[in-house]
Amino acid sequence: MLAKRIIPCLDVRNGKVVKGVNFEGVRDVGDPVECAEEYNKQGADEIVFYDITASYEGRGVFLDVVRETAKKVFVPLTVGGGIKTVDDIRETLRAGADKVSVNSQAVKNPQLIRDGADIFGSQCICVGIDAKKIAAHKWTVFINGGRVDMGIDLIDWVHTIEKLGAGEICLNSIDADGTKNGFDIEMLKAVCDNCNIPVIASGGAGKISDFAEVFEKTGATAALAASLFHFRELTVGEVKDHCRGRGVSVR
Amino acid sequence: MIAIIDYGAGNIFSMKNALDYLRLENTLVSDEKSIRAADAVILPGVGAFPAAMEKLSGTGLIGVIKEEAAKKPFLGICLGMQLIFDKGYEFGECGGLGLIGGDVRKMEDTGLIIPHMGWNKLEKLNDCPLLAEIGEDEYVYFVHSYKADCDDSNISAYCEYGGKVPALVYDGKFVYGAQFHPEKSGSTGLNILKNFGGLIK
Repeated sequence: MLAKRIIPCLDVRNGKVVKGVNFEGVRDVGDPVECAEEYNKQGADEIVFYDITASYEGRGVFLDVVRETAKKVFVPLTVGGGIKTVDDIRETLRAGADKVSVNSQAVKNPQLIRDGADIFGSQCICVGIDAKKIAAHKWTVFINGGRVDMGIDLIDWVHTIEKLGAGEICLNSIDADGTKNGFDIEMLKAVCDNCNIPVIASGGAGKISDFAEVFEKTGATAALAASLFHFRELTVGEVKDHCRGRGVSVR
Repeated sequence: MIAIIDYGAGNIFSMKNALDYLRLENTLVSDEKSIRAADAVILPGVGAFPAAMEKLSGTGLIGVIKEEAAKKPFLGICLGMQLIFDKGYEFGECGGLGLIGGDVRKMEDTGLIIPHMGWNKLEKLNDCPLLAEIGEDEYVYFVHSYKADCDDSNISAYCEYGGKVPALVYDGKFVYGAQFHPEKSGSTGLNILKNFGGLIK
């Protein structure tokens, strides 16, 4: 049986992890490679690196981080942030990423999804979506880190990207993000019920039971969290033990 | 020396990283001579079946692959595993390498999320040297939308996803195929690759 995936996300700026962590045995809390190794030890099913400097500078430093991590961590690596062209995708995959996550740029230029899927395969094209509720059962897609409302209906966008060849969706709820009140069950359910590709739940995880809940109540096949794991409020292992105890299949 | 065939269809760097980590001597190759000189061969691959066969045939390596796979350990990974069968049905029928009997078809089941993406449990079916020391509750990482359809006797391990999905196949001699990515399957995957390296005489 396919296990539900628990995915820690590391935000990286100029080659350093943005939020400091206090892992035992990790010498440099800002070193993304060491943090990724720690998550790997905890049982992370995938690791996401999000380059928040990508649009400005330090892209080379960031790709070095990916390259070093890929030599030491043998679980799938997804890289997001600043990917604008097919060449960016190629460069990122060549550095050792298994998947890229495209978000704002995919909204501005949906052809990027089709071109990426045609050249590299759907399996490595994850489309990140930031969405916010605007009315009952209605959400719209935002870009630029949730700052700009594109006025595109979320479910329409999901249908579009699936047709274009997206292999996976990482759905972030702007309403839930940072609240620690749990994942946005209603929005996730709406998306999972309207597509046939894997959906990663993102935004809102605050306590251990939030993970089992999102798997019990929605069709999400993976759940992602950043600060919760960064600050060691929970380990990936603890989350998995809890899921297992509730009958959710995890590795 | 393990030859990793580089024919422009696969994340060969991940495979190289894993073998380097295991200190298994390896090299990326795209010529006949290197494949003949190698002690074992790995055929990686991601993408579509016909495009990969076209690329392989463009490199002129199909003949040497068929010959060498009968003499030394040969491991196809993901799409590389699918290519070892007789034929595939991705965008129409397309001939494969025919190293193991069977074909490759789209995973179709209403309600099933495609691609089959994530960690799934290996269920052992037949003995296979690559499964030495691999326990009963071990997961490996899959990403694929097509699956092999072959005789049970060639299936070393399968996983459950809308039915039995061949995960590891073996011809009983030299040819192995892994539908999952051992190079991305944590310690379980590394152990499987270590077992493959151990086949080198």
